[in-house]
Amino acid sequence: MLLIPCPFCGPRDETEFRYGGQAGVPYPAGETTDAEWAAYVFTRDNPKGWFHERWFHAHGCRTWFTVERHTLTQEIR
Amino acid sequence: MTRPSTHPDFLWRDPGPRPSYDVVIVGGGGHGLATAYYLARNHGLTNVAVLEKGWLAGGNMARNTTIIRSNYLWDESAALYEHALKLWEGLSEELDYDLQFSQRGVLNLAHSLGDVREGRRRVEANRLNGVDAEWLDAAEVKKFCPVIDVSDRPRHPVMGATLQRRGGIAKHDHVAWALARRADAYGIDLIQGCEVTGFEITGGRVTAVRTSRGRIAAGKVALAAAGHTSVLAELAGFRLPLQSHPLQALVSELLEPVLDCVVMSNAVHVYVSQAHKGELVMGAGIDAYNSYGQRGGVHVIEAQMAAALELFPIFSRVRVLRTWAGIVDVSPDASPIIGRTPVENLFVNAGWGTGGFKATPGAGWVYADTIAHGRPHPLAEPFALERFTTGALIDEHGAAAVAH
Ligand SMILES: Cc1cc2nc3c(=O)[nH]c(=O)nc-3n(C[C@H](O)[C@H](O)[C@H](O)COP(=O)(O)OP(=O)(O)OC[C@H]3O[C@@H](n4cnc5c(N)ncnc54)[C@H](O)[C@@H]3O)c2cc1C
Ligand SMILES: [Zn+2]
Repeated sequence: MLLIPCPFCGPRDETEFRYGGQAGVPYPAGETTDAEWAAYVFTRDNPKGWFHERWFHAHGCRTWFTVERHTLTQEIR
Repeated sequence: MTRPSTHPDFLWRDPGPRPSYDVVIVGGGGHGLATAYYLARNHGLTNVAVLEKGWLAGGNMARNTTIIRSNYLWDESAALYEHALKLWEGLSEELDYDLQFSQRGVLNLAHSLGDVREGRRRVEANRLNGVDAEWLDAAEVKKFCPVIDVSDRPRHPVMGATLQRRGGIAKHDHVAWALARRADAYGIDLIQGCEVTGFEITGGRVTAVRTSRGRIAAGKVALAAAGHTSVLAELAGFRLPLQSHPLQALVSELLEPVLDCVVMSNAVHVYVSQAHKGELVMGAGIDAYNSYGQRGGVHVIEAQMAAALELFPIFSRVRVLRTWAGIVDVSPDASPIIGRTPVENLFVNAGWGTGGFKATPGAGWVYADTIAHGRPHPLAEPFALERFTTGALIDEHGAAAVAH
């Protein structure tokens, strides 16, 4: 079970949150090819290591925020 | 000390890597082993190595809840999973090994009107595709599986179920051992403790893999690494639309036989069967976040057990023996990715997510054919990577995403 640091409420149990996947995925600028569009819609990083990701404090202050979590050790920094 | 005479001989050799092979398969799970077996059996290719970073079939192959069925919604999936199910039906005999394949019937429960409509639609779709399927109302569910509570309780009433009588379970370890034994007999090297750490790519074509046990030249390289495929793809310089998540399962203490079919429920996130030995085997949905940690949240297990108790009040005093997780690779349309990659001679079989065990022989069959001929097998063609660009998705979330 993860202990997730909400910037407003402090560290809270994972069950209070919704997961939002990779953080900071940019909307493609200008003209895009089909392949670029597909990559934007469907493909996200999936590293075995440090990962910037979005969490939503659904059962708390209802803020979206970004954390950096290690996908193997579950360490959050 | 001499070995006791009752102890079986080893089922396969434990060779070290040779400097080069025609085909190198990355990942010694069920899919890698089935692919190796069919490369030899169907295509006469035996200069093949299966490289496994851990021990043979110690990944998801050893961790799954062993449910086998083919009642998927769309034509493409029904064709692929039914091909697998037909192979399962002859596989014990073919491999000369008791896979404990038991066609005890799989129920998929409906708890809402929406579920009922989806279930009935799937039954009709299955029949059109030649897949056996029946719709049971609540009373018929009770008759088929007496330990289910079908009373009219408000939370998750059982309103009916789809039934695939040819579905069931098999003993996953036996499947892996039987395939390994046959692949080995063909002369294929099953190499354990050998992690692929990189690829040599010249002019857009893969020529070798780098491993923890040295460089191995390869005519063709075939990924069969389940949850770790995107890690490997990144080493080869391309991205895949896959996310890796923990998927948990648990077993109870041993019980007398109480449940002689497989019961699944998407809505309440639990699926249950009773293993031959007597444990209740239970699984649920994936943990929400990406992880390679091979353990998940306790709350997921709690929710799954709460769901199980709703359906089976008689399990209320059963004790949990152990829980574990595997890392599954989930694709955006909950269907696998099989075929070519942007790197020539590098093939991919991945994205089976929570439900690839049932496909093991079928996946091996079509993947071996794809590798041998360098073009997709007709059953694999719709599952190519290109579908994410063309938009021809095979959306099996209803039939695949949570349940198996
Ligand atoms: C808890 C759980 C329950 C499930 N229940 C069901 C079910 O009831 N029915 C069903 O149909 N499916 C089920 N599945 C899904 C099914 O187990 C998988 O889809 C299927 O096993 C994937 O194919 P595989 O057997 O080859 O994978 P794996 O057995 O995971 O094989 C992949 C292998 O690749 C190896 N590997 C990874 N990276 C490298 C590398 N760099 N170098 C060398 N080797 C590498 C791994 O060590 C692993 O052994 C379940 C999965 C889990 C986790
Ligand atoms: Zn908060």
